[in-house]
Amino acid sequence: MRLSRLQVKLIERIAATIPLTLAVALAAFVLMRAIPGDPVDIMMGEGASSSGEEVAALRTQLGLDEPIYRQLSGYLKGLLRGDLGYSIIRSRPVAEMIWEALPATIELAVYAMLFALALGIPVGVVSALKHNTAFDRVSTAVSFVGVSLPAFWLGIVGILVFSMTLGWMPTSGRIPYGLEPRHITGFLTLDALLTGNMPALGSALRHLCLPAVTLGLGVAAVVARVTRSSMLDVLGSDYVLFARAKGVPEPAVTIRHALRNAMIPTVTLVGLQFGSLLGGNMIVETIFGWPGLGRVVVDAIFARDYPVVQASVMVYALTFVMVNLITDLLYTVLDPKIALQ
Amino acid sequence: MGQASLRTDELYQGTLARSANIPVLSPAGRAGRAHGARAGLWPRLMSHRGGRLGLIIVLAYVAVAVAAPVLAPHPPGAVNLAGRLTPPAIGTGNLLGTDQLGRDILSRIMHGARVSMLVGLATVSISAAVGVGLGMVAGYYGGALGRVLARFTELLLAFPYLIFVIGAMSVMGPGFWNLVWALSFKGWVEFYRLSRALVMSEKNREYVEAARVLGRSDSVICVREILPNIVSSILVLGTLRMGNMIVMESSLSFLGLGIPPRMPAWGSMINDGRRYMLTSPWVATFPGLALALLVLGMNLLGEGLRDVLDPKMMEG
Repeated sequence: MRLSRLQVKLIERIAATIPLTLAVALAAFVLMRAIPGDPVDIMMGEGASSSGEEVAALRTQLGLDEPIYRQLSGYLKGLLRGDLGYSIIRSRPVAEMIWEALPATIELAVYAMLFALALGIPVGVVSALKHNTAFDRVSTAVSFVGVSLPAFWLGIVGILVFSMTLGWMPTSGRIPYGLEPRHITGFLTLDALLTGNMPALGSALRHLCLPAVTLGLGVAAVVARVTRSSMLDVLGSDYVLFARAKGVPEPAVTIRHALRNAMIPTVTLVGLQFGSLLGGNMIVETIFGWPGLGRVVVDAIFARDYPVVQASVMVYALTFVMVNLITDLLYTVLDPKIALQ
Repeated sequence: MGQASLRTDELYQGTLARSANIPVLSPAGRAGRAHGARAGLWPRLMSHRGGRLGLIIVLAYVAVAVAAPVLAPHPPGAVNLAGRLTPPAIGTGNLLGTDQLGRDILSRIMHGARVSMLVGLATVSISAAVGVGLGMVAGYYGGALGRVLARFTELLLAFPYLIFVIGAMSVMGPGFWNLVWALSFKGWVEFYRLSRALVMSEKNREYVEAARVLGRSDSVICVREILPNIVSSILVLGTLRMGNMIVMESSLSFLGLGIPPRMPAWGSMINDGRRYMLTSPWVATFPGLALALLVLGMNLLGEGLRDVLDPKMMEG
C-alpha cells in the first residue's frame, strides 16, 4: 500500500510525540526531586513525634531511600510497561486516580466550550452583520472585559452571588454523595442520560453551571471576536457580493455562504482553546472543589506525591500535543491550501 | 489563571500566530518605519480609541504604583484589630474598607499595584531579553543551535505553564525574584519564536544585503539593522504578555505560592477575602477589580499598539 504525503506526515507527527512525552516525564521527575522535602516529611509533618526508625522504614517501604538513578530507571521501566506506579499518599494506582479524575476535567471543559460557542458565535455573527452599530460596540467592549477578567476572581464572585446569596447553585463538587448515576463512562451527565436518572442529571448540570461559565466566559469572548472579524472579512468578499448580485436572499447569503467560510478560524481557535481548557483549569477546579486532574496534580505537588505529579504532567503534555495535532489536521481539512507542517 | 493566562495567550496565539502563522508586520506597514514613521506612533496611538483608553489606564496604575507610599492613606501592613472588616465608607479613613486584620484595603491595593507591575515588568523584560537574543541568533544563523533550541522550546511548550510554575515555586519557595525567575523560565519561549521568525524573514531583505555588501559584521547587522525593524512586533507581544504575567502572579499568590504573605499582593488579598465573602465581600472584590482593570488596560494598549503599528494586522 502506498501512503499519501499527508499520511506520512501524520505518522511522523505521531511518532514525534513519543520522545516529547518522555522528555516531559523526565523533566517532571527532575523537577519533583528538586523540591525540598520528600513525601515522608510531608506525611509526618514538622516536629512530628515519630521516631527516626519509623521514618526510615517508611522511606524504605516507598523506595525513597534508593539512589536517584535507581528510582529513575524503575520509573522509566514502569512507563514502558504502561505502569504509572502507585500514589505514595493515597497508596493506590496512579492510573486509576487519573482515570477517575480525567472524565471530570473533560466534562467541565466540554461544557465550558459549549457555553463559549453558544454565546460567542451568535454574538460574533450579529456584531459583524450589524457592524458599527451600538450592539457591535457594546459586544466588542464586553468581550474585551471578558478576556481580561481573571478566572479565579470571577469564580469567587460567582459563588458569592449565585451560590451563597441567591442559593441557585451548589458551591462545590460534581454531585452530592449518593446521587451518582451508575458508572458507565465517568461523564456524569452522559451516564445519567444513559441510565435515565433524571435527578442525577439535574444535579450534575447544576453543579456544572458555575464552573463551566467561569471557565468558558473568556473563551466566549475570544470566540466572539474571532467570529466577528472573520465574518466581516467574508462579508466583504467577492463571492458574497456575487451571491447577493445573483439575488440570493440575505439569510441564505449569511448562513450558507458567509458563515460557513467564516467558521474556519473559529474551528481552529476552538481546538486550541479546548487544549487550554483541559490544561489550564487547576485554579477553577480548586475554587469549585471539582475533583478533576487539575486538583489531583496541585494536591500532589503540595504533598510531594512524585508518581502522581509525573503521570499527570505526562497526561497534560500528551493532551497538548494531541490537541495541536488535531487542530493542524482540521486546519488542513478545512483549508486544503495549507499543507501539514 | 492558568486558564485566565491562557485566555490572553490564546487570544494572541489563536488569532494571530495561528491564522497568520506569526505576527509579522506586513511589508507595507514596515516600509520606512525604522526611520520617519516612528515619529507618528504617538499621535496615531492617541487617535486609536482603545489604545488611548488602555494607555490612560496603564499610566494611571503606573502613577499610583510609583506614588503609593505618598498616596496611600495608611501603611499597607498597619494592623488595627479594633477596626477589622470595616465596610467601605467615605470619610472614615478606609474608603474601600478593611480586611480581617483591620488593614486598609485601598492602601494595600495601591501597594499591591507596585508588586504586580514590577513582577510583570521584570518578567517580560527578562523573557524578552533572553528570547529576542536567542531568537535573533537562531534566526540569523540557524544551524545546530537553532535545532537544539527548537527541541527545547517544544518541550517547554508541552509542559503546562501553571504546573511548571507551581512546581518551580515549591522548589524555591515564595518570593518576588523566585516568582520572576519561575515565570521567565518559560516566558521567553514566545519572544524567541517571534523574533526568530521575524529575523528569518528580514535577513534576506535588500537592506540587510546592502549592509553585508558594505562589510558590516553580523552583530552590527543584527543589532543596528534588523533589530529596529522588528522591535515594534516585540513591543506589541511584550505589552500583551504583561497583562498575562500579572494574572499569573496573582493566581500564584492566590494559591499561596507567589509573593510572600508579608508583601501586599492582589492574589493573596483575594484569597484572604474568600473566607469572609458572605459577610465582608469587599475584601476580595476590590483587589479583583483592581486586577481586572489593569489587565484590561494592558490588553487594550497592546491591541492598540498592534493596530497602530500595522493596520493590516487588525483583529488577526
